[in-house]
Amino acid sequence: MLQAISSNAIGQSDVVAFKLADQDFCIDIGLVREIRGWTPTTMLPHAPSYVKGVINLRGSVVTVVDLSARLGFGTATPSQRHVVIIAMHAGRVVGLLADLVSDILTIDEDHIQGVPDIASNPAREFITGMITLEDGRILRKIDLAQLLPTPHGADI
Amino acid sequence: MDEFREMFFVECDELLEGLANGLRTMEAPNFEKETVHAVFRAVHSIKGGAAAFGLTTLVTFAHRFETLLDLIRSDRMDTPPPIIALLHRSSDCLSDLVAAARLATEADQSRVDALLAELDALIDDDDGPADTSFEFTPITLDFNAAPAMAPAAGLQVQMKPTFDLYRSGNDPLALLAALRKLGETTVTLRTDGVPALADWSIERPQLGWDIRIAGAVTEADIRSVFEFVDDCCTLSISAIADEPATETFLPLEVAVPGPAAAEPQPADVAAAPAAAPAVNRPAPPLAEPAQGATIRVGLERVDRLMNMIGELVIKEAMLSQVIQTAGLHESPDVVAGLDSIRQLAGDIQESVMAIRAQPLKLVFQRMHRILREAADATGKPVRLVTIGEQTEVDKTMIERLIDPLTHMIRNSVDHGLEDAVTRQRRGKPQEGTITLSAAHRSGRVQIEISDDGGGINRPKVRQIAEDRGLIAPGSNLSPSEIDQLLFLPGFSSKDEVSALSGRGVGLDVVRREIMALGGRVMIDSVEGKGTTFAIALPLTLAVLEGMLIQLGDQTMVLPITAVQETLQPDQSMLHGVGQGSQLLANRGELIPIIDLCQTFGLDEPESEGGVLIVVESDSRKRAAFRVDGIFDQRQVVIKSLEQNYGRVPGVSAATILGDGKIALIIDPEEIILSLSNDHGRHMAAMASNG
Repeated sequence: MLQAISSNAIGQSDVVAFKLADQDFCIDIGLVREIRGWTPTTMLPHAPSYVKGVINLRGSVVTVVDLSARLGFGTATPSQRHVVIIAMHAGRVVGLLADLVSDILTIDEDHIQGVPDIASNPAREFITGMITLEDGRILRKIDLAQLLPTPHGADI
Repeated sequence: MDEFREMFFVECDELLEGLANGLRTMEAPNFEKETVHAVFRAVHSIKGGAAAFGLTTLVTFAHRFETLLDLIRSDRMDTPPPIIALLHRSSDCLSDLVAAARLATEADQSRVDALLAELDALIDDDDGPADTSFEFTPITLDFNAAPAMAPAAGLQVQMKPTFDLYRSGNDPLALLAALRKLGETTVTLRTDGVPALADWSIERPQLGWDIRIAGAVTEADIRSVFEFVDDCCTLSISAIADEPATETFLPLEVAVPGPAAAEPQPADVAAAPAAAPAVNRPAPPLAEPAQGATIRVGLERVDRLMNMIGELVIKEAMLSQVIQTAGLHESPDVVAGLDSIRQLAGDIQESVMAIRAQPLKLVFQRMHRILREAADATGKPVRLVTIGEQTEVDKTMIERLIDPLTHMIRNSVDHGLEDAVTRQRRGKPQEGTITLSAAHRSGRVQIEISDDGGGINRPKVRQIAEDRGLIAPGSNLSPSEIDQLLFLPGFSSKDEVSALSGRGVGLDVVRREIMALGGRVMIDSVEGKGTTFAIALPLTLAVLEGMLIQLGDQTMVLPITAVQETLQPDQSMLHGVGQGSQLLANRGELIPIIDLCQTFGLDEPESEGGVLIVVESDSRKRAAFRVDGIFDQRQVVIKSLEQNYGRVPGVSAATILGDGKIALIIDPEEIILSLSNDHGRHMAAMASNG
């Protein structure tokens, strides 16, 4: 408990780190509601290819976004071992399909770097910052707002 | 205090509603006297309440309004149309003032002042001429003119306690005694409603009293006597209108003389006993709030209940699935138990829906005002006829219907009706009529707004659509397709932007709002005869009776209301047309076949055939949906897709099945409309992207 309080000191934030195609990503823990195992989705007609479909989350209809497809790694073939990160953004609930959740980390905001000018890569527009961890891994911080289907999903 | 304040405003709403109602009744030439009294009382009550809360502007206005009504009430003023119009405007203004007071904002003072001046002018005018007219007409002064002298002649009070009065320990005798202190009273017991002893119930007291109070007694004095029992007895106070005899009292033949019964008057036996009560107590033309016990409950509580029932329906579905899997579905006990749970869940759901249901009257009522304002703005004489205003729909829908209907009424006045000159030339009455009707129709509520104007000018509509690039020039459009153009965003049929409905908000907005309610808008127009806009709405936004169908590996739900029949076609009924299109010949009718797998972009199953479901859209268009199978029919709880995702073409919402999976609810209407032709598809896409 004490640690939890101290970890929320100024200049620090908690992130949920997850893996996708052998790369490490993270999103702000404040956005995450829960993490679930993969369950089959109901497809949505005319949806963008990265929208896996919808699942029932205790009575509400939640869209599942295939992060792998969204970030340009190709469509994922979900299995029992995949996870769905339920996140909330701007009043909308969305599920993010990822390979696995690796960690919950406290990071210093000083350590977040801008994204270097890499060649045009679909992943770039969704990544707001990079964090180098002590063990040499690099976390890519994801911008949920960019990632989500627009309110009029059909428009995409 | 805030609570009382809120209560006052809630009451004001009811009173204003009654007021507007009463004024409309007064438009008819031979309205009941009681209507004026009711209208007067409404204004008076608002004034009283407003005074208690120190709302001076409101009190001042209500007072002047009341004074004018008093003149009418005491027959010192006639009610020609201009006066009625003024009363309507005053009533509108009063409701504005109430609204302003509620929100603690300022009403448009200049308008209030203008009306006050108008009222004052009438009231002052009246003093002179009214009095002189009395001097001139002493000889013709008959009983009908007598009320003019009401204050001196005394008042007639009709009182009928309800069970609540007795239950709360009040005694009518005490009330009568209190009245006696006001002046000389003549009390008559009314026993007309008293049933035979066998049917008698303590909970339905039927005794009533007529009290005539002579002398200078005011209505307010009498009201103060009844102050504490106001809500548990029906009370009407009127000036003594005619000679005591005639039909005011009943012939003696009616049962059980009450203890306090005065000597029956020499009864007018000619008056049939059945007719007598009607004369005696004219059914108040103004709908008084029902005397039954009511409670006010916050909407969110009802909503919570509704949500829980939704969950119950889902859980029930899950349970029956589990039972099926466990192989218990053969056991009669289990089946019976499950059935009764299902039935109970349905009953509960219906009851809650009934709680939420409200008559459309609440919306229609407002439209009278909208129409008046629209008529004033355009200078077209219009009257509004409302039909079926008791039709009930879900409360949330009521609120969300106001804007679209307002817009459509304005649209009908502005664009639908011709001006008076044109109407005359066409041999129509100068005054246009707009009919607003509502009815339940096969599980939906249908609201229609029709005008008796010139109908849609199709060549012009087409021209405008071409000019604005909404359609390709020379497209082959049927009349109804041209009508549909009105709903395109960016379409405004008036060449010049009119002050009223041409504010850049088109019918497309109306349509979008109605669609958001799960409804549709249809147009029907006959040249020279008028245009009808029909809105079809679901009864509830929460639950729907659906047919579960199989499409590829997906389960979907088709609303049962659209389904006409299901059939397993044999090849002789199917006819190919061109490439890939097929028609179904069914009982002499050719129906286009729509493959739903294709529509939704699903992998088509290997096996040919499947089942055809004939559906009909609200616009009477039919299509046959090809699906892979039908396996159940059940109630499904509607879950919004738009909340977390967005609109999906051809899909109206989602639901949760017994196994916890989500199934999409198909919107047959949209599919039929969008596939009927390429042009339609284009329009549907535009409308949904708007």
